[in-house]
Amino acid sequence: MPKRFVSWMIGGPQGSGINVAAETLAKALSRGGLYVFANIEYHSNIMGKHSYYRIRVSEDPIHAPVDEVHLLAALDEETLFGDHHHNPEFPTHHGHVHEVVPGGGIIYDADLGDIRDRLSRDDLRLYPVPYFEMIRQALEPFGKAAEYRQYDIMRNTVALGATLAILDYDFDLVAEVIREQFKGRRARLADLNIQAIRVTYDYVREHFGNDFPWKVRKRERRGDQILIRGVQAIALGKLQAGLGVQTYYPISPATDESTYLEAVQSKYNVVVIQTEDEISAINMAVGAAHAGARASTSTAGPGFALMPEGIGFAAITEAPGLVVFLYQRGGPSTGLPTRTEQADLGFALHPAHGEFPHIVIAPGDVVEAFYDSFEAFNWADRYQMPVIVLVDKYLASSYVTVPRFETRHLVIDRGIRYQPAGQRDGYLRHAVTESGISPWVVPGTEGVVFWTTSDEHNPKGHISEGVIHRMEQMDKRMRKLELAAREIPDSKKFTLHGPADAQVTLVGWGTTKGAILDALEELSALNGLTFNFLQIRMMRPFPAEPVGAILRRARRVILIENNYSGQLGNLIREMTGFRIPHRVLKYDGRPFTVNEIIEGVRRALENDEERIVMISSEAREVIRWPTR
Amino acid sequence: MAYAVKDYKTEVWVDWCPGCGDFGILNAIHQALTALQLPPHKVAVFSGIGCSGKTPHYIGTYGVHTLHGRVLPVATGFKLANPEMTVIAVGGDGDGYGIGAGYFLAAGRRNVDLTYIVYNNGVYGLTKGQASPTLPKGVQTKSLPEPNLMEALNPIAVALGAGYTFIARGYAYDVRHLRDLIVAAIQHRGTALIDVLQPCPTYNNIYTREYYNARVYKLEETGYDPVVHNPTDEKEIVEKKAQALLKAYENGDRIPIGIFYRVERPTLEDELAARLPHWGKALADLEPIYRRDLTPLLDELR
Repeated sequence: MPKRFVSWMIGGPQGSGINVAAETLAKALSRGGLYVFANIEYHSNIMGKHSYYRIRVSEDPIHAPVDEVHLLAALDEETLFGDHHHNPEFPTHHGHVHEVVPGGGIIYDADLGDIRDRLSRDDLRLYPVPYFEMIRQALEPFGKAAEYRQYDIMRNTVALGATLAILDYDFDLVAEVIREQFKGRRARLADLNIQAIRVTYDYVREHFGNDFPWKVRKRERRGDQILIRGVQAIALGKLQAGLGVQTYYPISPATDESTYLEAVQSKYNVVVIQTEDEISAINMAVGAAHAGARASTSTAGPGFALMPEGIGFAAITEAPGLVVFLYQRGGPSTGLPTRTEQADLGFALHPAHGEFPHIVIAPGDVVEAFYDSFEAFNWADRYQMPVIVLVDKYLASSYVTVPRFETRHLVIDRGIRYQPAGQRDGYLRHAVTESGISPWVVPGTEGVVFWTTSDEHNPKGHISEGVIHRMEQMDKRMRKLELAAREIPDSKKFTLHGPADAQVTLVGWGTTKGAILDALEELSALNGLTFNFLQIRMMRPFPAEPVGAILRRARRVILIENNYSGQLGNLIREMTGFRIPHRVLKYDGRPFTVNEIIEGVRRALENDEERIVMISSEAREVIRWPTR
Repeated sequence: MAYAVKDYKTEVWVDWCPGCGDFGILNAIHQALTALQLPPHKVAVFSGIGCSGKTPHYIGTYGVHTLHGRVLPVATGFKLANPEMTVIAVGGDGDGYGIGAGYFLAAGRRNVDLTYIVYNNGVYGLTKGQASPTLPKGVQTKSLPEPNLMEALNPIAVALGAGYTFIARGYAYDVRHLRDLIVAAIQHRGTALIDVLQPCPTYNNIYTREYYNARVYKLEETGYDPVVHNPTDEKEIVEKKAQALLKAYENGDRIPIGIFYRVERPTLEDELAARLPHWGKALADLEPIYRRDLTPLLDELR
């Protein structure tokens, strides 16, 4: 059965605090025993450009946003009507009113006057709230009412207060979250914000009653849930893995992970270094890995574009313990710095010149991001090859309610270490072995020294261009990839969600997972067909045999990717020979909504379309279907 | 047990051209390590790409031959992960002041405790003698089809601006003097730069052994005092930098070698030690980082 949910959106200029309001609400909802999915769309700009934040909340687990909005909170006029007034020649959007469902509500500043004529629809509930008057009243008990114009930043809190009144959600849970945000000397700010919510709450109840059709009620908490976003899940996975050195150069959307680690470096003894560029970041991490630390760097496409030589260097010198986190954003070049895309799969698979082994893993959600980030370091140590964890902006910044991570079963495996036999015992850093693995050693170990080089080398690590050494070393390095392919379990490489014998198989990777999973149930209800979802996680070594077998057995197959060309589809064809006949693609910089998955699949099945391109509800009519 | 020079050598055949200044630098490194009696397993030598890049293969310590221009980032990451090691980075002038110029600057800002030796010969030897960033404008070595179009960079002057805490110039054919400079640089806490005048007998027929022999003189023999005696005195720091800058531009009939500038400032390791509870040993063997308890961080997410 389709899940019941409420969808809320807040919009306003960048810097107006929509994220604070949304994250406060999301946390209060999650603490109220509900499942939350919250994602932000923002501009690459510090202040002023239009941003919006969606929260979808349900009593059932949910994993993605939807097109429709039940309640829209607008901090400014642009959220309602777009940016024609300051961008007349090339407006970037036309506001969000069209995304609100019939009978849905809009919270806006009463100072905008009568907006009914400008809405071009009359099926909405309007909640004009005098924002500045609310702020003025909130300031009164603090003796600051006269200065209310300086407290413009509290408009977001006013919108939050109105939201609580309309959705009829628990006031105390929100107050509790706010009190945690403002502690110690800032406690007074908590009181001020809570007062603003209280004043607005009362105002809305007095003027508009309490009869909004979509309400959200707290309930008993079930199990131990956390509300977490991708950068946090990844940072936690890395800490749990024993990360020693993190290097980074600031870049959206990867930086938040590094600054999170920086904030806890004293507590967890992790060295976090901001470097002069990404070339330095990768090479410093490679140096730290050769010194024996678990080392990592996190970046986005433009930064990764500076790292190829460092990745090749790590591969030929067999640095243990190096993991690179690539947060995809809209490309090419600077592209869409704060928007999402899945367009770097091909780049991650071919991250440098020459041929060398490496591992590419692409977690599909925050839970997989945590466990894959942990496991990535075990692989990097065991196989002494670079591991790339491929994520994206959408995962990085979206909050989701999930069960608290279980860590007791996680085991750190630093791979095969060399045991010195005595003084100058002839250790060979690149010893040729059957498995391809040459035991590694922590520099400083008594009785041992080693050499290694970016040149091709002999087993001792000295330069050699000899045919025999070249062949031995090349083959031994590549054998490690075969070993990894054998040893890493299929459960890490792919997952077939749903019935094995379904009539339709959807294929995807990474963060399309959430929208596809949420769509599966509704698709069955809509079409009367059975669906399953083949999620590919490990891109190299690629699980060609089982994936090929599943696809050849499948009856109808539809590919879904957040990019222009269907890069996974191309990889599957390269690795298995199987050509997926339908591609549902999206490359407008925004993630798939559940609606778009359903619509894309419908068009593939009903119209037999080969290439189906979705664009976001920001720029089109909301997709609706009979089950909702 | 005392270490002899042979303990710092390897069996690898040295493939530099006969008469190359690199031999003098290699000998000076061997002698400096011997003088300091550093156990070979406590030393790591890093290099970039070029003729100088071969150096680690000729030294019997840990040796990592990295990428063109990237030796400082790799050496820095290594040192931060394994701070008990003595770290020496070497590279050429093209490697360090050209393709690696950004890292040359940033290393000065970081002041990690390592020694950086630049083999400065004015040409890209391994690719057959193109002009490097230290070759003066208008000069035409025998390997150049036309005179050099660009001005030379002054490494000592740049290092002063970048924040290096030990800045010296050596001469490849005065091995004893260079050995003493390397010893002082390794003993210095912080990033130490030694720019070494290193004739390339194959491609640079202008800045030759004869050229330098007739011109170099030792700063310490002139009563020059490079040391900032009160490192908290910003005025003294600027005065000592100004004095070093004047010497850095003395490039005519007389060319100074020796220590130009030296100051004791907190290293990046000092700053990390103040932040991290278990800083100072190899991170690889630091037990607490493998037993991290995420409970407080997970609790914050409830």
